[in-house]
Amino acid sequence: MVLALFLLTLEFVPSATAEYGDVVINNQSDKAGMRPPVFPHWFHRIRFRCKVCHADLGFKFQAGGNQINMLKIIDGEFCGACHNGEIAWSVENCDVCHSGKPGTPTQVHGSTVQKLLGAPAPKPDNAAAKPDTTSPKPDKKK
Amino acid sequence: MSGVILRIVCLLLFLSVGSAGAADKWLPLAKDGLHDPNNPGIHELQQPKDALSTLPEDTAGNLVSWVEALRKGVIVPRTNIMPDTKIQVLDLDLIYSKTGDSWYVRFPHKAHTEWLDCTNCHEKLFKTKFGATGIKMLDILSGHYCGQCHGAVAFPLTECRRCHSVNPDTFTGKIGPQPVGGKP
Ligand code: HEC
Ligand code: HEC
Ligand code: HEC
Ligand code: HEC
Ligand code: HEC
Ligand code: HEC
Repeated sequence: MVLALFLLTLEFVPSATAEYGDVVINNQSDKAGMRPPVFPHWFHRIRFRCKVCHADLGFKFQAGGNQINMLKIIDGEFCGACHNGEIAWSVENCDVCHSGKPGTPTQVHGSTVQKLLGAPAPKPDNAAAKPDTTSPKPDKKK
Repeated sequence: MSGVILRIVCLLLFLSVGSAGAADKWLPLAKDGLHDPNNPGIHELQQPKDALSTLPEDTAGNLVSWVEALRKGVIVPRTNIMPDTKIQVLDLDLIYSKTGDSWYVRFPHKAHTEWLDCTNCHEKLFKTKFGATGIKMLDILSGHYCGQCHGAVAFPLTECRRCHSVNPDTFTGKIGPQPVGGKP
């Protein structure tokens, strides 16, 4: 038990300081030579209820899980539903979205799961199903 | 099973001691470890402190009581951007009792549906019947069920008492769905 706790603690790299709920999306940005975008939940939830994005606009609850790219954004999907020069400023402000440190992996900053597992938590695509045995459990990581 | 939970609790306590104290409440973006200080666009971004310090205080997560901010009208987040999707609030509390030595859990639909749509939880995360989903603490801590949001965006899982808020010694009602109009 003590050893397990020790090992678990070692896995935790204390870098967690950014604002709670900040999401980094980096499926393609690094490869494309762009800084990864940082999505701040705190900023958006002052202005919109969760349901606006997660129900009406169809954002899945999974950092990096929505296959967002610039074409879709310019087409008015995902971020582009608002960042179109009407509800919010439009896509030409590249640096305002693409503001993360290069090399930062896709993650939710401040996530308990991430802290426990020492890595961004992989989620089953179908979050509906009961978590199966393949889902990451902290006790398996030794 | 309970040994695992105990281990996780120890770890959580360790983490919460190690993380942000009062001094570094809402770090400047250039020093938060996530934003690139060399990005020219960083000056266009609002500092968390400027917005969050004006909202009702809390002790975890964003250090903001979002439920209170919304109820008191300190913030007025939009409910829709498409004309015909509206927010549907449901006032229905559920009390859970399979909590081992911990206090019972109160799940308030009201506080959730003020932010979320029914489809955010039903049937994807939860069955529409009390007890049918079989929620376990270890799964929550692994990021499932309640842990999908709590621990990522809504208040973190270190705040056991906010969910485990019902003292079994003084609770006299019945387990499960509560009569409408109970405590929000
Ligand atoms: C509203 C926010 C936002 C703005 C503004 C924005 N982007 Fe993006 N961009 C994203 C997101 C989100 C992704 C997906 C990131 C990933 O998966 O790595 C992305 C991905 C990319 C990618 C990689 C994938 C692809 O589609 O090629 C490139 C390159 C890119 N953006 C360039 C730009 C440029 C150049 C601008 C300015 C003209 C810009 N972006 C403005 C949010 C934004
Ligand atoms: C303005 C749009 C917007 C609003 C409002 C919003 N979110 Fe999100 N949310 C996102 C985006 C974007 C992501 C990342 C998706 C991606 O990377 O593909 C995300 C991701 C998430 C995730 C997944 C985190 C993980 O573990 O991977 C959760 C949980 C979440 N949001 C909960 C919430 C809750 C709860 C609220 C309301 C308090 C909320 N969101 C409000 C846009 C929004
Ligand atoms: C539901 C509408 C909506 C969606 C969807 C949305 N945003 Fe925004 N966003 C806004 C609004 C409104 C603002 C504030 C605009 C203003 O101040 O003029 C904003 C501002 C921002 C800012 C600047 C925050 C600051 O500090 O000023 C960033 C960064 C940002 N959005 C990123 C994103 C990214 C990345 C996505 C997609 C993953 C996204 N947004 C999706 C509405 C949205
Ligand atoms: C987001 C809400 C939430 C938070 C925060 C939370 N719990 Fe739970 N907990 C639950 C729910 C829901 C159950 C399932 C109860 C049931 O099925 O009757 C549960 C069950 C439990 C159980 C029973 C055993 C089991 O495996 O289900 C224990 C022990 C427990 N929690 C301890 C804790 C501790 C310790 C903390 C703080 C580190 C905590 N919980 C934080 C919601 C929460
Ligand atoms: C944040 C997540 C969440 C949201 C949003 C939500 N629910 Fe629920 N709901 C639950 C949970 C958790 C249960 C209990 C599931 C279990 O115990 O297995 C439940 C159970 C129910 C039940 C069954 C109660 C009983 O008597 O057994 C009904 C009916 C219900 N929800 C209706 C709704 C409606 C209508 C909405 C939208 C207005 C809604 N819910 C939104 C989480 C949610
Ligand atoms: C889809 C996202 C989501 C899920 C799933 C979810 N919550 Fe929440 N919960 C929220 C949000 C958003 C709030 C508002 C407060 C905040 O953001 O910190 C909240 C607030 C709460 C509150 C505080 C209510 C108040 O009046 O202060 C409790 C208690 C709570 N949740 C318990 C639970 C329990 C128990 C479960 C699992 C059965 C659960 N939640 C599942 C998003 C969620």
